[in-house]
Amino acid sequence: MTEFKNTEISEFSGVWVFCEQRAGSLMPTDFELMSEGRKLADELGCELAGVLLGDDVDGIAKELGGYGADKVYVCNSPLLKHYTTDAYAKVFCDLVVEKKPEIVLIGATNIGRDLGPRCAARLHTGLTADCTHLDVNMEKYVEFLAANSTMDLSKQNLDMADRNLKMTRPAFGGHLMASIICPRFRPCMSTVRPGVMKRAEFDQAKADACVIEHPAFELSEADIHTEVVEVVKAAKQLVDLTGAEVVVAVGRGISKDVEKGLALAEELAALLGGVVGGSRAAIDAGWLTADHQVGQTGKTVHAKIYVALGISGAIQHMAGMQDSECIIAVNKNEGAPIFEAASYGICGDLFSVTPMLIEAIAATKAEKAAV
Amino acid sequence: MDFRLTKEQEMLQKLFRDFAQNEVKPLAAEVDENEMFPAETVKKMAKLGMLGIYFPKEYGGAGADVLSYVLCVEELSKVCGTTGVIVSAHTSLCAAPIYENGTEEQKQKYLPKLCKGEWLGAFGLTEPGAGTDAQGQQTVAVKNENGDWVLNGSKIFITNAGYADVFIIIAVTGTVLDKKGRKSKEISAFIVERNDPGFKVGKHEMKMGIRGSSTCELIFEDCVIPADRLLGKQGKGFAIAMKTLDGGRIGIAAQALGLGEGAVEEAVNYTKERVQFGKRISAFQNTQFQLADMHTRMEAAKYLVYSAAYKKQTGQPYSPDAAMAKLFASEAASDVTRRAVQLFGGYGYTREYPVERMMRDAKITEIYEGTSEVQRMVISAAMGVK
Amino acid sequence: MKIIVCVKQVPDTSGKVSVKADGTLDRASMATITNPDDLNAVEAALTLKDQNPEAKIIVITMGPAPAEGMLRELLAMGCDEAVLVSGREFGGSDTFATSQILAGAIAHIGLEDDDIILCGRQAIDGDTAQVGPQIAEKLNLPQVSYVSELQVEGKTITCRRALEDGYMTIKVSTPCLLTCIKELNEPRYMSVSGVMEAWNKPYTVFDFETLKDEPLIELDTIGLKGSPTNVYKSFTPPQKGGCTMMPGADKESCRQLVDTLAAKHII
Repeated sequence: MTEFKNTEISEFSGVWVFCEQRAGSLMPTDFELMSEGRKLADELGCELAGVLLGDDVDGIAKELGGYGADKVYVCNSPLLKHYTTDAYAKVFCDLVVEKKPEIVLIGATNIGRDLGPRCAARLHTGLTADCTHLDVNMEKYVEFLAANSTMDLSKQNLDMADRNLKMTRPAFGGHLMASIICPRFRPCMSTVRPGVMKRAEFDQAKADACVIEHPAFELSEADIHTEVVEVVKAAKQLVDLTGAEVVVAVGRGISKDVEKGLALAEELAALLGGVVGGSRAAIDAGWLTADHQVGQTGKTVHAKIYVALGISGAIQHMAGMQDSECIIAVNKNEGAPIFEAASYGICGDLFSVTPMLIEAIAATKAEKAAV
Repeated sequence: MDFRLTKEQEMLQKLFRDFAQNEVKPLAAEVDENEMFPAETVKKMAKLGMLGIYFPKEYGGAGADVLSYVLCVEELSKVCGTTGVIVSAHTSLCAAPIYENGTEEQKQKYLPKLCKGEWLGAFGLTEPGAGTDAQGQQTVAVKNENGDWVLNGSKIFITNAGYADVFIIIAVTGTVLDKKGRKSKEISAFIVERNDPGFKVGKHEMKMGIRGSSTCELIFEDCVIPADRLLGKQGKGFAIAMKTLDGGRIGIAAQALGLGEGAVEEAVNYTKERVQFGKRISAFQNTQFQLADMHTRMEAAKYLVYSAAYKKQTGQPYSPDAAMAKLFASEAASDVTRRAVQLFGGYGYTREYPVERMMRDAKITEIYEGTSEVQRMVISAAMGVK
Repeated sequence: MKIIVCVKQVPDTSGKVSVKADGTLDRASMATITNPDDLNAVEAALTLKDQNPEAKIIVITMGPAPAEGMLRELLAMGCDEAVLVSGREFGGSDTFATSQILAGAIAHIGLEDDDIILCGRQAIDGDTAQVGPQIAEKLNLPQVSYVSELQVEGKTITCRRALEDGYMTIKVSTPCLLTCIKELNEPRYMSVSGVMEAWNKPYTVFDFETLKDEPLIELDTIGLKGSPTNVYKSFTPPQKGGCTMMPGADKESCRQLVDTLAAKHII
């Protein structure tokens, strides 16, 4: 087993992004991570490289350059067509061992969260899961803390020369935030939550300048101990919450009449050109499928308008929606924590309030159309 | 004295609580509203061993104790009085008398199926003319030429009747002379099966509370059962019935306890949320004092009920203890549920909240398996007060 | 056939969570539960045992002594044996360190050809989903994570592995490690007779002495000090404020809200 236990930290350099592809297409996370990786590489004054594994995927590699990659390592093999833990971990780890990057970012998708820990264990280094914020530069980190924590920074004894990657992530369902470092081993590895990092503007010149490299690698069928029988894309159109501008979410409050509650949410969402989401309670009760879940264990949304109907606002849920621009909450309970995160609140029964909202919005829209 | 539950009892309490919260509570309003017997819930409880909690493993029981059974009825009743009484009647009024009075053959035949919930049990003592006065029995059992028993008559208000497979039936088998030479009825107990010829379940009662519980009339028209269905000795039926009711009262006391505790929980949660005059109503001293009294009454009831269960388990005489537990717990439950409705105000009177159901459910615990007045007779008699 | 199920006792974050002044979690004030995904792993093991009564289920956890309560509950659900890995030296371990210790403990129990290791996908206190795959790596076993369906025929296991946009069907042979998700099954309750047996089933504690010579455990990378990752800072997010409450829940209030939104060009 290869490992870095006794390798000097100074031997490592460069920021890497594992670029996930499914069926030959890049994932949106790849662009988010590449954009974030660019900032880190600039601060460290090093190279930013993508690693793309697949079968005949050269064609999609250059696009990564448009989001900041100086270089993309592409490994093509029929054995890499579909993701398998064994093949991907072997090729990726062998490459890391050879090139020694300082930082490795992996999207925290179902695949990234399978590959990341396996590789970290093999490389003998730490891995921080589901990060929502990354910093190398201490000044930027302090700025981040000032804006996002209740900490009294004057009492913190911070080493402003610290260049460790500070990987910040929510813990305990979002009740706490923790910044994690990996001081003794390299690479610093982190899986990054999809939908959190901002994607940079695509730059065609950078894409053209991006270097594609094909490093040698060894991989045989004997290395792979699982067999992918089939890969099925869900037939049902899944809700794209992450990209939605308007989300109307329902919670436990619709339990009195689930059918009607959902119908009202759908009507309101349709009127505002948005989609329906739900709290964990609504998903656990089976009222909505898992792809509708907003929150710490579901999706993170940055909606322009987020309407919470009958959602009490467990911190679990807030972690996934509090960065929305305008949050409107309707809840019977005046003391519901959702009102603390909301921009506007109505204390009342969603079954009576929602139809009135729908009516008022429809009227406003009609007026505007008339003008 | 050690008032702590054993580690097994603590874990069972958690099991019963989880089950009640997840499986029973969501159905409780519907069970009440539609008079729906929760047959699926009974099946689930059977699978977990909740229908034979304190019977030995050799008879298919779970090998736990009477207090564990009390914890079960208590937790179920906190969220649904109907489900609580189904377990209580099945266990205390059918499986228990067979276990305590049956022959080895009867135990082998009935207990495993009852404990595993393949069969549900019921108990028939009450008749139109024999309620509190159990001596007023009219149902008769006569031996025919084949040595079989032939039953004629009817029973009313029989819990679980519509869904039960096995019934303990009390009937008059003759006339005897008492110590003073007066004629009195000879009473015996029998095991009747649902498919016995001449036996049928009659009209279903519409009730004020525990509306999902199946309460029906039993009708015997030349119902023939084999000789080996006699439970205990001939003529011992009245003693068996009274002893069975002693045990049953612990179950009903546990039901009352659960109903009262459930109402306290609901009231605590509601008063912490409900805002009037700009503050949570839990901040008003009246609310605080009401809740303190309610909680105190239920805690007092709890220790009476647990102590009766402990005495039964350890083979001590427990008849007056069971009577006191039931008397106190049922009156406390009625009082506490009524006060809970008051704390909820108008909402408490609506079916949107469970407290009005709890209040209706609680009332029956002062009536069945011996009214409060009967409990007072039992208690005062045990005190030697004549 | 052995089925080893790795479980964790976690604070119940769905209820009330309180944070101490220093920004750490006030664990003492919170109820503990068996991690939900781990219960799906336990249920998967019990289902396999229902089909093959010869199978022996061993539940293993790393944690402080009170984790015994959780293990006894899992025995009451029908698991056969329980192992508690507990020692001051193990405390404060990150996922890398934890997976080493658990892998060492599993090696100490011994793995055979037809054995299966099951884990929950992730624990609700950390949500990392890392320990399962890292145990598999340390034990050099194939892994399938996010398992939502499962079929065992002899030594071949066919799994459905959930993806965000669909699923993969994957075949793998024993011995292997699978991580289970909620969609896999509905965990059963304890049974009354199970509770009565729970204290009579084999229960073993592996302490530091038991495991210190296991080759999979490097003594300098376990515990709080040895873990590769450290908490640099932990903090609570600030409460957002400034919610404008509408005066009522009537037509007028709704109209007023919509007018405000329109005036601000939000709609």
